Order: sequence, then structure tokens, then C-alpha cells
Amino acid sequence: MSTSTPADQRPGRIDAVPVRHPWRWVAVGVVAVVAAMFINMLVTNEAFNWPFVFETMTLPPVINGLLMGTLLVTLLAMIIGVVLGVTLAVMRLSPNPVLRYASFTFIWFFRTIPRLVLLTIMGALGVLFQDGLAIGVPFDHILLAPFDFSWDLRFITLDANTVFVGVTGGAIGLGLSEAAYMAEIARAGITSVDTGQREAAEALGMDGGKTMRRIVLPQAMRVIVPPTGNELMSMLKDTSLLIGIPVGAELFFQLSAVGARTFQVFPVLVAAVLWYMIIGSILMVGQHFLEKRFNRGYGARRATPKEPEAASVGAAGATGTGGGDV
Amino acid sequence: MTRPIVEAVNVTKSFGHNEVLKGIDLSVDTGEVVCLLGPSGSGKTTFLRCINQLETIQGGRIWVDQDLMGYKDRGGKLYRLNDKEIAAQRREIGMVFQKFNLFPHMTVLENICEAPIQVKGRKKAEVQDDARDLLARVGLGDKANAYPNELSGGQQQRVAIARALAMKPKLMLFDEPTSALDPELVGEVLSVMRDLANEGMTMVVVTHEMQFANEVADHVVFMADGYVVESGPPEQVLGNPQQERTKDFLRMVKDDED
Repeated sequence: MSTSTPADQRPGRIDAVPVRHPWRWVAVGVVAVVAAMFINMLVTNEAFNWPFVFETMTLPPVINGLLMGTLLVTLLAMIIGVVLGVTLAVMRLSPNPVLRYASFTFIWFFRTIPRLVLLTIMGALGVLFQDGLAIGVPFDHILLAPFDFSWDLRFITLDANTVFVGVTGGAIGLGLSEAAYMAEIARAGITSVDTGQREAAEALGMDGGKTMRRIVLPQAMRVIVPPTGNELMSMLKDTSLLIGIPVGAELFFQLSAVGARTFQVFPVLVAAVLWYMIIGSILMVGQHFLEKRFNRGYGARRATPKEPEAASVGAAGATGTGGGDV
Repeated sequence: MTRPIVEAVNVTKSFGHNEVLKGIDLSVDTGEVVCLLGPSGSGKTTFLRCINQLETIQGGRIWVDQDLMGYKDRGGKLYRLNDKEIAAQRREIGMVFQKFNLFPHMTVLENICEAPIQVKGRKKAEVQDDARDLLARVGLGDKANAYPNELSGGQQQRVAIARALAMKPKLMLFDEPTSALDPELVGEVLSVMRDLANEGMTMVVVTHEMQFANEVADHVVFMADGYVVESGPPEQVLGNPQQERTKDFLRMVKDDED
């Protein structure tokens, strides 16, 4: 039963009038007007003082602040955050209950503290360790008291006023705080990996550590990277909180100082915005390439175009058993 | 007479209060192909997973090549093996899963080479040569650099078989290897398994492919509700079943396929 239509009467190529979108043109008009108003303000308003903005952006102390307090601290804090965060996530998912609770407690503690408060505390920690931060056997003076020895069991003593302040203190404080958030992100990533992957690795004789490092984490990265990009952007901006410690060698601190000195308050804010926009944009491009890297083996790859090889494979058996009926 | 390569005695396993294996006995000799058949929920997949300790058993014993799985027996007292020791026992046993479980972030070649390099510490170049031979054997010599998601289900399952073989196992376990495949791709996987059986590989196969069981198996074990209902050569169990349960199952399978 074929529909017997003569060849010339069968419907051919579709050549239809597309749907009209008049509201798009209205939107174009509105956006264009608003944009023009904004540009008009940028160009004509004397308070912007553009030459001063660009001059301020490249002042040596500002550049130094950008490199040290902003970029270096972002980098160090994120390294601490990612490494510690992944470790915490693995601990959180460990069968060992002690590690699970330790991880939970850390995450709980640092998630509840505002970063500005945390950094201010970091700067004040010197009060707690006036004789330096000693690392060794706890309660050593009590343990050693019966023996009447004059020495102690402290192995390293750090000067709290150098460790917890400045760029180091900022990186540690922001890094610890970040680790709590990264732990949650990494945990979501790890649990998103199909359990079959772990089973396949274990069936091949890989132990827990290798399975995690070689099979689970690389796949978890796909889920971990996009929110980590967000965290990186937040971290870049949160370095402006280093004022809590306080750290002088930091972009916003330096620009504010210039503003206070010259009374050009608004142009220095514009300079800060421009710097954050520039760095942030660069980071976004980097994130794009990182995501591409961890998406290998996923997504829309075209399936192999030719299939004839499937036939040659199974050779004799393929045709014979295909039906599989008894 | 040497001892069987797989020897399971009175194996029991529960998930919570649900007892899924109620005293399974099984023995497989070297070079034998044993097919586990039965309705879903009969415990056949669970039992297969117990053999390489993806599930822990609550009672009974399983020996693979005279090695007690999961425990050390010291003067009658059992000591649980640790993670590394269990991993070492699994090295001798290859497993093929229903859903292939290839590593999606690695190419076909990397999938196959991963365990021999990481677990056995063999040299990369040498392992890659072996892997290419294995790929040729399963008919995928030209797919070494493809990622799993570029392959059809049948191709992925053949890679999974090659990956398991790369560890040179004494025993291969197949967990419904063709159940997730489109019907037209089943044949190519069964054909690879048939070749493997002909080469003398010891295999335990959970399957619904009756024809495969009939032609390839030395032994067929029919399970239902956590028990072994009937076992023996395929012509006996499939051709002339003695138990009602087996007859019912075979009738239903046959109705399905008619």
C-alpha cells in the first residue's frame, strides 16, 4: 500500500516565512538608549577624572599591592583551599569515623565564621602566642614536672607575629576558610561519580587510594571545576578583606590610600573596579580551557562515522548467535 | 584430581533482613564455563559479586585457586584481610559488568593499560603492546585511541573484556554482559566470549542467553530465591529439567522469545 502521488506533486523543500519578532527590535531600542546614557555619563562627567584613573592604576605601590596582596594571596589561598578541601572531602567520605567527624568539625567551624572576622582574628592571634607558637608535645610542662628537667618538648617555635600577619596570614586565613567550602564542592564531585567506576577499579585489583586518585577524582573534577571557578572569582574579590589583618600590600587598600591622600575618592574606586574586572576576565578565560580539559571523554563527540568494522569483528559468531533463541 | 579453581561452600548473604543467598554451593574446575541462570532476584548476580568480594558474605567460605577469599585462616580462627590484601586477591579474577563500567576519562588503550601499570607495576611500552594484541583479539584493533563514549555498547563491552584480560586472570566473571546491549550488538560480545571459552579460560557467567548457555557452558546452575535449584550439564538442566521451578522458568523464557 504505497501512497501513489506523482513525483511532481510530492511536497518538496520547505521555503516558509519565518516568525517575526517585533519585540526584539523594541528591546534593541531600549538597550541602545540606556547604553548611550551610560556612556554619556562615563565620558562627560568630570568626576570620573579618567587620566587620574589610569595614572593611579599603574602607581608602583598599587601594582605591588595587586601582585602581592591580591594575586599572590588569591593563588596561595586557593592552593591551600583546594588541596585541603579535597583532603577534607575524602576524609568526610572515609569509612573511618574519627576522620569523618574531624572533617565535619573543621568544615562546620570555618563555614560559620565571616571572612572579615576570621582575618581580623588572624591579625590578633599574636596575643595568644606572645612567646611564639610552639609545636611539640602538649602538656609537656606537666608531663616533665616530676622529672625536674629544665628542657621542654617543643620542637619548633614560630613567631606568631610573622606567621599570622601580612600576606602569609591572609593566605592561611582565606585558605582555611576556602577549604571548608571546597570540601563541600569536592564531596559533591566525588559522590557524583558512578559507583560502577569504583567497582570496576576494585575488580581490577586497585586499592582504595589508587581507585580514588586514578579513577574517581579525575572524573569528579568535571563536577568540581565549574564551582571552583566561582570560588576563585570570589577569592580574588575577598582579598580586599585583607584589611582586617591588616595587610598594606593589597590593591584596594593601596587605592583607598591614594584616594584619601588626593581626595580623588571616586576615580580610585573606578581604578579598583577596572583592575578587578581585568583579572576576573582573564580568570574566566582560564576556567573555560580547564573545563574543556576535564570534559575529555564526555559530551557530544560524534560517534564513529563508519560501522562496517563491527561486522568484521564478530566474524562467524556475530551472525550466528544474534537471534539468541532456544 | 586437583581442587577446583572456584569452591564455594554454604555461602549466605543478607542485605539487612533480606537474605538473598541461602547456602550456595558451587565448584568450578579450571577451564570450565559455568552459566548461572535464574529469574531476577534469584541471587545469581549477588553470588557472582561475592566471588570477587564486591559483596561481603556473612556465612560459608569461598576459595579461588585454594585461596580463601577475604580472610586468613590461622588455626581455625578467621582474620579479616585488609584493603590491600583483598585488592591482591582480586587481581587474579577478571570481571565484566552489565554496564561495561569503562573509565570515561581514558582512551580505550589507557583503560586496558591502567591496571597492569598501576597495580602490577609493569612497563608501559610492554603493557601497551599486550593491550594492542588484546584489542585485535576482540576485533577492535583500530579503536585504541577512541574514548568509550565514541563506541557502541557492543564495542564498549568488548573493550571491557580486553581490560579484564589484560590482568591475565585465572578466572573471568561475567555479570549479564549482554543485558544492556541493543539486540543486534549481543552477538559480537557473545562471539568474543565463545572464543575465550574455546581457548580454555575459566568463566562464570550470569546470563539470560539460553542458547549461549546451551552451547558453551560445561555446567549450568539454575538459581531461584537464593538457592541452587538444579545444576548439571546444559543438556540435562535445560533439556530435561527435573525441578518444577526450572521448568517454569524455561517455559517463561521460551514464551518470551516466541
